[in-house]
Amino acid sequence: MIIDHPLLGPRDSAEFTYMGDAKLIDRPDPDAATAARDFYDYAYLRDNPAGWHDELWFHEQGDRSWLVVTRNTITHEIRQVRLARDVARARGRST
Amino acid sequence: MRYSGFQVIKQALTGHKGWTPAWRDPEPQSHYDIIIIGGGGHGLATAYYLAKEYGQKRIAVLEKGWIGGGNVGRNTTIIRSNYLLDGNEPFYEFSLKLWEGLEQDFNYNAMISQRGILNLIHSDAQRDAFIRRGNAMLLGGADAEMLTTAQIKARYPYLNTKDARFPIKGGLAQHRGGTVRHDAVVWGYARGADSRGVDIIQNCEVTGFRQESGRVVGVETSRGYIGAGKIGCAVAGSSSRLMSKVDMRLPMESHVLQAFVSEGLKPVMPGVVTFGAGHFYCSQSDKGGLVFGGDLDGYNSYAQRGNLPVVEDVCEGGMAIFPAFARARLLRMWGGVMDMSMDGSPIIDRTPIGGLYFNGGWCYGGFKATPASGFCFAHLLARDEPHPTATAYRFDRFETGHMIDEKGMGNQPNLH
Ligand SMILES: Cc1cc2nc3c(=O)[nH]c(=O)nc-3n(C[C@H](O)[C@H](O)[C@H](O)COP(=O)(O)OP(=O)(O)OC[C@H]3O[C@@H](n4cnc5c(N)ncnc54)[C@H](O)[C@@H]3O)c2cc1C
Repeated sequence: MIIDHPLLGPRDSAEFTYMGDAKLIDRPDPDAATAARDFYDYAYLRDNPAGWHDELWFHEQGDRSWLVVTRNTITHEIRQVRLARDVARARGRST
Repeated sequence: MRYSGFQVIKQALTGHKGWTPAWRDPEPQSHYDIIIIGGGGHGLATAYYLAKEYGQKRIAVLEKGWIGGGNVGRNTTIIRSNYLLDGNEPFYEFSLKLWEGLEQDFNYNAMISQRGILNLIHSDAQRDAFIRRGNAMLLGGADAEMLTTAQIKARYPYLNTKDARFPIKGGLAQHRGGTVRHDAVVWGYARGADSRGVDIIQNCEVTGFRQESGRVVGVETSRGYIGAGKIGCAVAGSSSRLMSKVDMRLPMESHVLQAFVSEGLKPVMPGVVTFGAGHFYCSQSDKGGLVFGGDLDGYNSYAQRGNLPVVEDVCEGGMAIFPAFARARLLRMWGGVMDMSMDGSPIIDRTPIGGLYFNGGWCYGGFKATPASGFCFAHLLARDEPHPTATAYRFDRFETGHMIDEKGMGNQPNLH
């Protein structure tokens, strides 16, 4: 698989480490009344879809940036690659 | 028809005209007491033990393709019970004991071969860990023996024990481990279940569940609606897909695992060997092919095929330990979709929905579990309580902090 890195261009996916569903960006609020349940859900439950999936890839053997890759889990086709930082900021995450 | 030596001779003398199909191909009925979804090893074993051990009637197994087309027909056929943790070891030892009696039990030759499994040790820390694991196995009623390099050399003279990059310092052996003819397991359970009245319905994909006041009452399928008193799901890599029909999210990711077979060679591998410094394991099939595998590809996948980087990685692991095999040519390779759970251990449990039961999360070790998984799932379905060896395989263990994490990897499914 080739991942078209937004800064570096096309890179072999073997340079990356797969870090799972991009929903992990949305860390729950630890002060919420439902925090225990929310963190269980966050840490352990997954949609695990067959089809399009937003997922985190860490460029471990490269520039060490985190990417959100939109990839089809049936065909391995990649549709979109964004910097995880940009995705997180767009979702209102500041830290 | 009961299979026996006498039958073989009788059929040989009468031109082999008397053999009958090993199972029927029935039309689905409108209602069953128990429906099992998934005609893999676990689904068929569940149906078999429900009928044979738990006296249940009116059972169907629904399979979307053909039975045995999933992981049970794609695995590298290794059986063993060399686990460390309390939640696992008694279950896997129960499974190994069932394997030992299985061929007589279901009257089918599954070519169960207890040729032994050897986990190689390459460092002092690994030796300590394996001694601990061996002791846990003995406490669980299994067999385990620490072998010296000299003992290993006697069985595998071509292993490099002198100047290898990862020197071999010994090994943990389980002599009762081994390999099984995986397709024959499918056929044996299917035939045994069918002869006890179970309907095995192929080309029948479950597409949804019908519920009435918090309870399942049947399934929608590609062959129409079928009613059921109880429903057990055993669809391995498709677990998340199937359970999403009842809005359940599982502690699981689906990942592809590849396997490889070389051209046929003369007998060279007496047992199963695993490399302790990289991910590689190997055995030799009765036809002579080296059967081997290694790591997952590492990203969520529902494609039953893998990519080249892992092929390279697995073959590198093989060369590190068995340079003697360098000139053997790779004949075939394929992939299967694994239900990788968050702690690397399975789930056999009820769901929050009445009448709906779940079996899955087998990762890449579910073949050896087939008999016990079927037995324990049948127990749960028939009695509504967990089998004594499967009490730890609960859905809520992640919420209550009772993970069964053999490797201590945490909630990262691709690392188990
Ligand atoms: C390459 C590889 C090597 C492995 N090596 C080993 C090993 O050496 N030792 C070991 O112990 N384990 C091994 N495993 C793991 C083992 O094969 C699996 O854990 C085990 O087979 C899973 O259980 P099963 O047999 O019931 O799954 P499957 O055979 O996959 O059965 C599930 C069935 O459900 C059906 N299904 C799915 N969705 C639906 C639906 N909606 N409706 C109806 N039917 C449906 C599928 O078609 C499939 O036939 C390996 C796996 C792979 C892929």
